[in-house]
Amino acid sequence: MNDIRKIERDVNMANTKISARSVDVFYGETHAIRNVSVDIADRTVTAFIGPSGCGKSTFLRCLNRMNDTIETCRVTGDIELDGRDINARSVDAVQLRAQVGMVFQKPNPFPKSIYDNVAYGPKIHGMARNKAELDEIVEKALRRGAIWDEVKDRLHAPGTGLSGGQQQRLCIARAVATEPEVLLMDEPCSALDPIATAQVEELIDELRQDYAVVIVTHSMQQAARVSQKTAFFHLGDLVEYDDTDRIFTNPRDQRTESYITGRIG
Amino acid sequence: MTDVTNRPPGRTPNRASELVAASLKRRHAKQARLKWLGMGAIGIAFLMLFILVGSLVSTGWQAFTQTHVTLDVYVDPDEIEAEDLPRGDFDDVLVDSLASMLPEVGTEDRATARSVAGILSNGAQFMLRDLVVANPSLIGETITMTVPVSDPYDQLNKGLIERATPEALRRVKDNEIAWFDTLAEQGAVSKPFNWALFTNADSRFPELAGLKGALVGSFWALLVCFLISFPLGIGAAIYLEEFAPKNKLSDFIEVNINNLAAVPSVVFGLLALAVFINWFGLPRSVPFVGGLTLALMTMPTIIIATRAALKAVPPSIREAAMGLGASRQQVVFQHVLPPAMPGILTGTIIGLAQALGETAPLLLIGMNAFITSAASGPFDSATALPTQIFIWADSPERGFVSRTSAAILVLLGFLVAMNAVAIFLRQKFQRKW
Repeated sequence: MNDIRKIERDVNMANTKISARSVDVFYGETHAIRNVSVDIADRTVTAFIGPSGCGKSTFLRCLNRMNDTIETCRVTGDIELDGRDINARSVDAVQLRAQVGMVFQKPNPFPKSIYDNVAYGPKIHGMARNKAELDEIVEKALRRGAIWDEVKDRLHAPGTGLSGGQQQRLCIARAVATEPEVLLMDEPCSALDPIATAQVEELIDELRQDYAVVIVTHSMQQAARVSQKTAFFHLGDLVEYDDTDRIFTNPRDQRTESYITGRIG
Repeated sequence: MTDVTNRPPGRTPNRASELVAASLKRRHAKQARLKWLGMGAIGIAFLMLFILVGSLVSTGWQAFTQTHVTLDVYVDPDEIEAEDLPRGDFDDVLVDSLASMLPEVGTEDRATARSVAGILSNGAQFMLRDLVVANPSLIGETITMTVPVSDPYDQLNKGLIERATPEALRRVKDNEIAWFDTLAEQGAVSKPFNWALFTNADSRFPELAGLKGALVGSFWALLVCFLISFPLGIGAAIYLEEFAPKNKLSDFIEVNINNLAAVPSVVFGLLALAVFINWFGLPRSVPFVGGLTLALMTMPTIIIATRAALKAVPPSIREAAMGLGASRQQVVFQHVLPPAMPGILTGTIIGLAQALGETAPLLLIGMNAFITSAASGPFDSATALPTQIFIWADSPERGFVSRTSAAILVLLGFLVAMNAVAIFLRQKFQRKW
């Protein structure tokens, strides 16, 4: 673990967005995540890879406290966002989630119009004072989600009527509409075809200009394509965390090497 | 079998496929038997339904018409004085007018006069009185009015009293049949649709008895039932499904709510009698208490239906809203309830339909009283549809036989209509995810 830390510091400790220390997660009796420490840099795409059930999604959901909604789930350790403990009593999960947006594995637009899907977040947080401002926020978010041109003529059509790839970009637009600082993506392309996947990956690369993006993926090619930093999880342990290039070309750990060469997973 | 014969040469026969082939016939036979059994069960169910509805219609349809007789009534100023209307002898006036249509009958003999009066419904004199009270200038005039005949003549006209029956065993004597035939020959007898069945409240006389009191009573009881069970049921279901911690206590509550749905309705009636009437001192026979009692029974149904509807909303929608920073309450009210609403409404309507047909608890709180006017509010004594059926089924007059069946048909009509609304809502608002 020590040498991993050193590498992280070498890369860029200056703009750490999220810093997790000794995080453990339990589902009832099951110890799902063991002593994970990781620093996630701002304006960087960080990929979590690893075989199914290794805990990468669980860890991702710790970062915006989505695990709070699971009754049996218990999280210990420190997670700090901009140096502030997100599990502290003074932090409301609602406020945290406005700051740390999330995109899910399966596109899950609300059964409402495209406009209402994007406007929902800004509306509940009171981000727009009037209709014109809200229109502007929605347009901006849809442009950021790289879907504006496809839907601008049918903003009031139901969001569930879009294709899978469009739905996922709509969900990304919905997530960025609340102007989060971090965007968590839980296998955002697993339900998409290759063309839609390419569009979303391109979008992720653009989003890096403004956000810290954390993406969980099963596809190592995807991790290699979109991320600058990669963390490899195995059986609840963070095995290795380093620059993406390094992980894929010269991993330190035997298990990482086995995984990226396809021998485990 | 073609697979077997076309097997490529040189390949050994596959043992598994031979076993499959050998067992196919047996398996297909089993499947066919199951199919026939299922169809038989459905057939029997339909037959029973057909017999039920058929017997109701065959006895009940007669109650949807009522024999009337049209009279030219001379409102005799000697009998009816404008200054003293309440004491006017409206009955005599009607009998005179009737007797004038029966050439060989005089009304000097009191016994004959009584028999002639027996042709008309007891309510006829009150109808005439109401007309005259509303318009006293009718005194001295001759007016044409159509009034219902009494039950035995109605039965006679509908063929339910057979002329072939020996006179001694018949409600209507030979000379009375002759009178009736005379009236019929003069074209005075008619058999229009029996609006009184819906516009009158209960009466001792079948020809005057109607369901208005029962319909109004059922309406108030259901309204009270809905206003109490709907918000409470939905509130309880939302709390249990979305907010309550999952522990032993909530499990215990869930089991008990399911049990509550299975408690016999008469027990709720006894509970209502003991608590609402004896302890709280609420009046007997009123729809308000009936509604409270029915609400106790409907609430578990609504809770169970609502929880099922909430459960059916995909978790991805909750996660999406939560991920955007919606609070728990916002998630529930803005994202979970709207798509669950059709399911909730369906459950509610089915619960209310059950409540509409519930008899036992209403008997226990006295909603089977004999009440001849429709309730003007939930605190007025009233009957309800099922208890009205109970009362009529218990009445000795022949006319109530067909009216009981007619009332059952009306009740079934309401139940079918309510279930149709439930199905319509479900179809219309069903969402695909």
